[in-house]
Amino acid sequence: MADTKIGAYICKGCGIGERLDTAQLAMIAQKEGKAQVVREHEFLCNSQGVEMIKNDIANEGVNHVVIAACSRRSKAETFNFDNVAISRANLREGVIWITPADDDKKEIVQEMAADYVRMGCAESLKMQIPAGNPSHGNNKRILVVGGGVSGMTAAIEASKTGYDVLLVEKTGSLGGWAAKLHKRVPNTEPYANPMDTGVADLIKKIESDKHIKVHLNSTITKTSGAPGQFSADISTESGGTATENIGAIIMASGFTPYDMNKLPHLGAGKSKDVVDQLGLEALAKAANGGPIKRPSDGKIVSSVVFVQCAGQRSDKEGELPYCSGHCCNTSIKQAMYFKDQNKDIDTVVMYTDLRTPGNGEDFYRSAQKKGVIFTKGVASEVVPGSELQVKFQDKILNEDAIAKADLVVLATGQVANSGVDIEQVPQDEPGKWAANKQSVLNMVYRQGKDLPLLKHGFNDSHFICFPYETRRTGIYTAGPVRRPMDMVQAIEDATGAALKAIQAVENASLGRAAHPRSGDLSFPTFRREGCTQCKRCTVECPFGAIDEDEQRYPQFNESRCRRCGTCMGACPVRVISFENYSVDTVGSQIKGVDMPDQFSEKPRILVLACENDAYPALDMAAMNHIQYSAFTRVIPVRCLGSINTIWVTDALNSGYDGVILMGCQKGENYQCHFVKGSEIAHTRMSKIDDTLKQLSLEVERVKTYEVAITDIQRAPALINEMAETIQKIGMSPLKF
Amino acid sequence: MTDLNKVMVEKYRNDFLKEVEANVEEGNWVKMCMQCGVCSGSCPLGPHWEHPPQEIFMMIRAGKRDEVLRSESMWMCTSCYNCIVRCPRELPITHIMHGLANYAHRLGIAPKLNPTRRFAKMFWNNITAGGRVNELKLSVGLYFMDGFASGIKKGLEMLPVGLGMLKTGRLNPFGLFSGGHCKGAGDIRKMIKKAKEIEDKRKGFAA
Repeated sequence: MADTKIGAYICKGCGIGERLDTAQLAMIAQKEGKAQVVREHEFLCNSQGVEMIKNDIANEGVNHVVIAACSRRSKAETFNFDNVAISRANLREGVIWITPADDDKKEIVQEMAADYVRMGCAESLKMQIPAGNPSHGNNKRILVVGGGVSGMTAAIEASKTGYDVLLVEKTGSLGGWAAKLHKRVPNTEPYANPMDTGVADLIKKIESDKHIKVHLNSTITKTSGAPGQFSADISTESGGTATENIGAIIMASGFTPYDMNKLPHLGAGKSKDVVDQLGLEALAKAANGGPIKRPSDGKIVSSVVFVQCAGQRSDKEGELPYCSGHCCNTSIKQAMYFKDQNKDIDTVVMYTDLRTPGNGEDFYRSAQKKGVIFTKGVASEVVPGSELQVKFQDKILNEDAIAKADLVVLATGQVANSGVDIEQVPQDEPGKWAANKQSVLNMVYRQGKDLPLLKHGFNDSHFICFPYETRRTGIYTAGPVRRPMDMVQAIEDATGAALKAIQAVENASLGRAAHPRSGDLSFPTFRREGCTQCKRCTVECPFGAIDEDEQRYPQFNESRCRRCGTCMGACPVRVISFENYSVDTVGSQIKGVDMPDQFSEKPRILVLACENDAYPALDMAAMNHIQYSAFTRVIPVRCLGSINTIWVTDALNSGYDGVILMGCQKGENYQCHFVKGSEIAHTRMSKIDDTLKQLSLEVERVKTYEVAITDIQRAPALINEMAETIQKIGMSPLKF
Repeated sequence: MTDLNKVMVEKYRNDFLKEVEANVEEGNWVKMCMQCGVCSGSCPLGPHWEHPPQEIFMMIRAGKRDEVLRSESMWMCTSCYNCIVRCPRELPITHIMHGLANYAHRLGIAPKLNPTRRFAKMFWNNITAGGRVNELKLSVGLYFMDGFASGIKKGLEMLPVGLGMLKTGRLNPFGLFSGGHCKGAGDIRKMIKKAKEIEDKRKGFAA
């Protein structure tokens, strides 16, 4: 790479020219910022302005561009030049929109702008142009684990899009639980009657698709690698092992029905005539349209009670706390098996809250028209006998009652087939790796054999914001292993996950990051000679991207990396960095600020704001002209997790009066785009008090906040609060 | 137990829902209730009902025949139609309430002293006698429904209103004696008799 040549461009548009002395800013860029080319422009983002920059890149040899104009979040595409390192000094949202236009404030506003120009140039000087991940893989084949409806749909969708698929199913046939159903809940107009499952068609499509290779009776005994270059050992029942190379993985391992034998009070195990929903499907399949007979004595069923929420939505030990989502519709469908065959059969659905997602409301109404009785009540006991007695509490009439039936169906829930809980089952030591029978993927990842769990044993990283995304890059979950769901949702899920997997292999083949920094070419590297093998990066990486090599040094799998920088924040010896984002790029910005002396009455507040939520919130505050202290200097960070405590210590040492960290919500309902980054940062910062005491500084000078993107009023208020605090406790004594 | 009631109990056994569907006006809607409770919450007299509509529907499904038919609840309905307007399942709740009340009355098991039932009966006899309502007879009848003494008391309470109406020609005191029947009242009586025959036959009441 040629020497760094910085071009600084100062825009006068959007009122910047009126409010600020841009000539002075240009001088600062040249003298202090070491920019070789400095230009002012009336309207930098117009074609003329952009042409000017392009011309400098082509003819003047400018390879680092500093744009002193608006926030980095606006005009990002306009100011995007190939093979050039770009940094942005935020003069519009960061300065003129958040400060008053009064004459007496002119001086401090100009100082603020000048500092942002200094910071932009300082960052640019330390940046390198990202070259893209050199050790990327090109394999674009997709492995689908599980041959149920989710898995088959994912395979078909990926194949239709033009990707080769490898489908691994542990049983001897495709179809999963859906193949065991008599009929399915309807997915087309008029949503009134049970319909064919469609599984046979799916299987036919798979079998006739030459791009889909199927392994039946097979499990995965080893998964290693990274997006674009995964390798999987597939063991067949006969004992043979095939090693296959793939680019991405869709885990559609589905669910296991909750073991109804854990519900003896509801007659499970005590009477043959108490079955779960799959048990009833078997009876209906055996009857094949004829009268359904009960298991104990083969009597034709003339009355049936469906007990909803059996062993689920419960706070009892050993029962499921969640709603499985499909069971109400399933019971409605099963009641229709009886009603459609003989309308005189008594069918009672005993529910507490009837939940019929999708078009289930029409289906529910159709069942009512067919004469299915819906009783709002909680079953407490099923007494076995030739006529079963369901004791329940009627929730409308508020009384204890008994319903008699020939057959009782328990609507039990879905338990995810998510493999082993990596929090409970630690990974084997490097070199002593062994397959675990309970594991689905048997990953050779330092962080565990299976995907991290989100809640109640389901594999996902965020049910709402990042569906299908797991915390392992290139591995996506679809169907009931991700969250409880019905067939309609599973099919939608499978399609989504297939597209995610395709994105992953395509990004990987270009050496780029996947979600959420999709397209990012930078990747982390570490200085081996400085590393102390403390393993903090390995442990803290939210995505399991870092393994350890035989000598116990961290081994980065760049393709697995999401570029959040949590490893960089974790490293106590600061040897981890990205080309365009490092301890230095931020550190030099912090130090680049011109620090007035203790008696100037001009404090400095450093804000390290997460670029995902906090920084946009501040930008939006600026758009609404909500003002905050002009003594503030904001630096966007990729994630709060990337904040190395050295930045905070350095800032305090160099005279900042207050430091604010703004990240996303952490904990159970987290909103951190990198799942754990904000949480880790909060943990790290909880220990900052000791550092402050060592420096004999007040602990109020450093604050860490969770800020949502909607906190447009609150984020500036937090800054102003710090400004007031500083006024109260006085300026930092550490200024030079 | 009246004969008709015995017949119906015999006919439908435990299936009260089926009985309601066959015999009660709009009764086939009862099964469509989804127990949201909007009707009970919308009823202006809701707090005064022993069993609000939602509960009555549930009781019908639970086969509580006697409790429903002997209940005073559906007699409380004032036909404000709030429930019909608000029911998300579009059940004609007001009509069902009247249907149930009417059915209970026909079976002879409706609460004997229920004032709504007695007034409704009085109204029916009044209007079917002459083909139009004789207002004076109806209101005097209403005053004296609970006996002579309370009738005199209520009459005196309403005296100023009555005198006012008399003065402005809104009340004909001879209405108390003359029939005030419409033309061809006898034909109307015949029509009603025929309609009742048809309905009884359809619903199996004729037996």
